[in-house]
Amino acid sequence: MSDAVVTPLEGVFAPLQFPEPGAPRQLNYSVAPKMSADGSVAGDFLEVAMGPQHPSTHGVFRMDVVLDGERVVKLKPVFGYLHRNHEKIAENASYLGSMPYTDRLDYFCSMTNNWAYALSVEKLAGLQPPERAEYIRIITAELTRLVNHVCLVGFLLQDMGALGTPLMYAFREREKILDLFEALSGSRMMCNYMRFGGCRVDLPAGWLENAKQVVENFPRFLDDFENLLSANEILIARTQGVGALSAALAINAGVTGPLLRACGVNYDLRKVDKYGIYERFDFRVPLGDHGDVYDRYMVRVLEMRESLKILRHALRDIPSGPIMDPKAKIRGFRPKIGEVYGRIEGPKGELGFYLISDGGPNPYRYRVRPPSLINLTILEDMCLGRNVSDVVVILGSIDIVLGEVDR
Amino acid sequence: MLGAGIIKGMAETARNFIGSYTEANLLVTVEYPEQRLPLKESMRNFPFLVFDGEDWQKGLRCVACQICEKECPPQCIFITKDAAKKPDYMGKLQFQPKVFDIDTSVCMSCQICVEVCPFEAIKMDTEFELSTDNRFGDLLLNKEQLARSNEHYHKIHPTEATEVDERLAGEKAKAEAKAKAAVAAAAAKPVLPPKPTAQ
Repeated sequence: MSDAVVTPLEGVFAPLQFPEPGAPRQLNYSVAPKMSADGSVAGDFLEVAMGPQHPSTHGVFRMDVVLDGERVVKLKPVFGYLHRNHEKIAENASYLGSMPYTDRLDYFCSMTNNWAYALSVEKLAGLQPPERAEYIRIITAELTRLVNHVCLVGFLLQDMGALGTPLMYAFREREKILDLFEALSGSRMMCNYMRFGGCRVDLPAGWLENAKQVVENFPRFLDDFENLLSANEILIARTQGVGALSAALAINAGVTGPLLRACGVNYDLRKVDKYGIYERFDFRVPLGDHGDVYDRYMVRVLEMRESLKILRHALRDIPSGPIMDPKAKIRGFRPKIGEVYGRIEGPKGELGFYLISDGGPNPYRYRVRPPSLINLTILEDMCLGRNVSDVVVILGSIDIVLGEVDR
Repeated sequence: MLGAGIIKGMAETARNFIGSYTEANLLVTVEYPEQRLPLKESMRNFPFLVFDGEDWQKGLRCVACQICEKECPPQCIFITKDAAKKPDYMGKLQFQPKVFDIDTSVCMSCQICVEVCPFEAIKMDTEFELSTDNRFGDLLLNKEQLARSNEHYHKIHPTEATEVDERLAGEKAKAEAKAKAAVAAAAAKPVLPPKPTAQ
């Protein structure tokens, strides 16, 4: 892990060679399959549909895998089983009415989804949340990051065959944070908490003390977790060198989040965009060297430690005051004509909302940039030449939630 | 050393297993139907209609303005206005709902109806053991099934309910003071023909 500051995207585009159209694809794996010019595979292969009911695919997701023995020759991700028409529903609902639907995009991280949507609409309507609301947003977003990463590590171990134990420990800690969310917003997972220009309700009495308690106890759990996992021979054997992704390919594919940072690219929107009040907080961005599954695991564990640093700082400094911009309107909210793209660094990557307003009560166009979907597009490049069991681990390390992939 | 990870892992598991008997933060589960955790004050499940006083038909705060019906994201509220009016807490004559249905099989507990309601008439309940084997009849709640007293609201969300009561009392006092002032002003002033411009 390097601590050096690298300018985002600098020097990564230079060595890229784009193939001529129609030329056979250059693939970054060691064992090249027999492949004809049109990209179809020839020979004695077995075609397997992994999913959509396969437990390792984290939801209803199918991978059409072509196998040469145990080795993957071709992989086609098929998604859309959980399509719920989110964008069109939002275009027909009021701006406020699609806030609860954003909870259901990535149902592990409803707080960050709320924030990304609220941020976009605030840009559109020119609202500015007050200081206390910004602090509450940062606290809930970083708690969400802890929830997401701790669950991801648990599920990743589950995919490797560590049935139950790490996942149960992860869920035990997650539940403590979800209790905080429930006390704050009334719901464990579908929080529906942020509003345009602030937050819905103020922190209840005693909430900050409970949050401090959770944040204080978390490092001890992380130490135990790392003691259990980070140097484990099986984990190292199953993850190091598996699913390596080059920084160039990651950037070209639009990959964001821990997946990109594990390739060594220093790109974190909390540092690049400085949305909210993130520039006040002192935290580092962990980077990987190899871009393999182990680096992704490690980047997430280190990110959790940095999140704890932000949380401690924010819980100490949170001021009192109002939580809503006085200009904000609940009923009859009509932002002026315009278009915006608001984005935040979600736990899975860059989560963006693109909105076009025609001055009416509902958006003319509403588009979500889901990190899970875009990170999933490079699945084939990471899996080619690997065994079937590695495919499961690589998919687990991408960190997808099908609610967000299919929308 | 080969196998060190397994030994370490077993030690960690054993520590958690033994710790679950002694440390509260290592054992977080309860045996649900027998043991119950206290409900959070902010918990929300499905909406109910608040009424003041004893009689739910007289005291229902809802004035059938249909804002919640329009704003409800999954469109689970159905309201029709009654032709007869009734006085509200300020003494003004208001409409009342003839039909007020909420389909709880569609409701997603988002609380937007509560936020948009200008009359503090609809609030979130905390009741969650609502399973039934009749999907269409029992989950479609009508006005009578939805009505809950203000005391019930105070019981489940004490802080919020007190704030709401204070706000309503303040509004009522203001309205009464205004009415009194208007009466006093009318009495004090000599009777003049009304001016064309509104004050």
